[in-house]
Amino acid sequence: MTILAHAETRILVQGITGREAATFTAESIRYGAKIVAGVTPGKGGMRIHDVPVFDTVRGALAAQPADAAIISVPPGVALDATREALANGLRLLVVVTERIPRRDVVQMIEAARQAGAQMVGPNSLGIISPGKTRIGMAGGAADAVRRAYLPGRVGVISRSGGMMTEIASLLTGAGIGQSTCVSIGGDPIIGATFLDLLPLYEADPETDALVIFGEPGGMMEERLAEYVEAQHPRLPIIAFVAGRFADRMQGIRFGHAGAMVNGAAGSPAAKIVRMREAGILVASRLGEIPGMVKKVMR
Amino acid sequence: MIIVEYEAKALLKARGLPIPDGMTADTPDDARYAAETLGGAVVLKVQIPMGGRMKAGGVRFADTPEAAEAAARDLLGMTLLGWRVERLLVERRLAIAGEYYLGATYDSGQRSALLLASAAGGIDIEAHGGLGQVRFSPNVSIPDYVGREAAAALGLAGKAFAQVSGLAKSLAETFVQWDALLLECNPLLVDDGGAWWIADVHLELDDDALYRQKALLELAPFSAALAARRSAFEMSAAALDERDHRGAAGRLVALDGTIGLIIGGGGASLTAMDALLDAGLSPANYCEIGGNPSVWKVKELTKLILRQPQVEKLVVIMNVVSNTRVDLMARGVIKGILELGRDPRDVIAAFRIPGSWEDEGAKLLDHYGVRHFGRETTIEGVIEEIR
Repeated sequence: MTILAHAETRILVQGITGREAATFTAESIRYGAKIVAGVTPGKGGMRIHDVPVFDTVRGALAAQPADAAIISVPPGVALDATREALANGLRLLVVVTERIPRRDVVQMIEAARQAGAQMVGPNSLGIISPGKTRIGMAGGAADAVRRAYLPGRVGVISRSGGMMTEIASLLTGAGIGQSTCVSIGGDPIIGATFLDLLPLYEADPETDALVIFGEPGGMMEERLAEYVEAQHPRLPIIAFVAGRFADRMQGIRFGHAGAMVNGAAGSPAAKIVRMREAGILVASRLGEIPGMVKKVMR
Repeated sequence: MIIVEYEAKALLKARGLPIPDGMTADTPDDARYAAETLGGAVVLKVQIPMGGRMKAGGVRFADTPEAAEAAARDLLGMTLLGWRVERLLVERRLAIAGEYYLGATYDSGQRSALLLASAAGGIDIEAHGGLGQVRFSPNVSIPDYVGREAAAALGLAGKAFAQVSGLAKSLAETFVQWDALLLECNPLLVDDGGAWWIADVHLELDDDALYRQKALLELAPFSAALAARRSAFEMSAAALDERDHRGAAGRLVALDGTIGLIIGGGGASLTAMDALLDAGLSPANYCEIGGNPSVWKVKELTKLILRQPQVEKLVVIMNVVSNTRVDLMARGVIKGILELGRDPRDVIAAFRIPGSWEDEGAKLLDHYGVRHFGRETTIEGVIEEIR
């Protein structure tokens, strides 16, 4: 099983005629994803890699029912695209657009929450359930995804899209497959946090462990630690937090926009301490992750 | 982008918010004139885009125009928190009966907009804790009750409650309409006559929303000029991005070590920096590149990094993202080194080259005798190899 999406999930791409979207559409189809329609206002009637393009989500869904939307539109229209997807009944949105104004992001998340939908992102590279589907562009070309990702029983959640593939590749190299990998985006405010996704993995009988990649800034890792302490989830969690060096260079903003450190709150060192206290296994080097996963899965 | 105090105050005043009378001063004479015009005691504050000005010595009080002139002579031209002081705000000094804190920001945990209110205003607000929190949706129209809840959190009653309710609602509205990330009144003062004043304000706008705040930016030219003034090194990376939009040379930050870095992606950069410092090595810069930069851009970036005098070696780390064509990366780096008349074999300490077109990239690096690694070597593994 997988979380969020499965092999038969039918995907709509909003902004499909953009250069990046057209590329990941072609590669995702090659990987096996069921991308059934695209939307770009004013470009209805076109085909992108044989996927029909419509002017509206409503028009697209009338011809090609879908379950999930990838939102890959310019930042200024992302809020509108989100409302359009929600109004037409889509309940899984993967927002790959980056640099969306914060005010709009908060409104997007509010709208998704009210509709009972799950939004992943913004600034997400997407979701990969190895061997089944990809919603987004993580991992690059279809062949590269096949090489880095292996079907299996470990979930991966990462604040960095690039490092998600890096971790999957490490696991794959050690013969450990993945159930579902989610790039949640590196922004300070995102639709799906570690805490939002953990219950989904908990409910997935085919996930046995979870690897998470954290970064400086925000309180997402701390909140996960609180939850683990209080709820004792069945899944062992192995975490890695990058950016410890930033603690020594206060005031400079490194990495993703979310990686902003204000005092001790949100600092990688504090996150690591807090997670260890809660019983989360924290790797001090990336290279330790496969060994730690093998140990907990035995 | 940070809007400095005097420009933020002028903008807030135009929206009807209570701002004390004040004038700017670029010279000691200006300060004297301002003090004479305002009459009575004044406060002089440096106009730099930083918090913590009071603690850093950037705020002075003066009872006479002569004292204001002398204080301005001290403040103007000094370097404070990394900024040269070029302008002061001279304000009429208020008779303080109470100090409060009121601010609007976003809460990344709850993913909502938030008014923060505390009856303990002042410079150490962060240390006090105990802030009242009122969440609101960042829509164009803010309900009145949001303001009332904030005023209640301040423990106000009667006339003060009504006044601050309106002020807080207006603050929340302004925060949303300006696409601010932070709009803070600290302190919010009540004077001995019962009038409320925003005595200091901290305003930070969302860089990702500046495209739709052009009218506002036109009214804050001093702040816009300060924001544009980055270090020459960082400017160069930005200039590369402007000249060629393919891929991003991204964020380049100068540090003082000896190892120049070019790294693909933010997460990988954070990981590599940790590994470098753990290995006792010192980075000369932080640099994350993204997307598919052209050979020209990589070449120029390489030269930019290697031209820093303290840089001895270059480390290039790509991760397994595979969106970036690593053969083009390798070509750009090698070209840059050759154009500087140096030998890639000596300059490049390590090149991690997994990604699309990795075989072509590896072939090129082999040709120049450059040490390279594939996906089987972790980011940390590469760093340990060069130690």
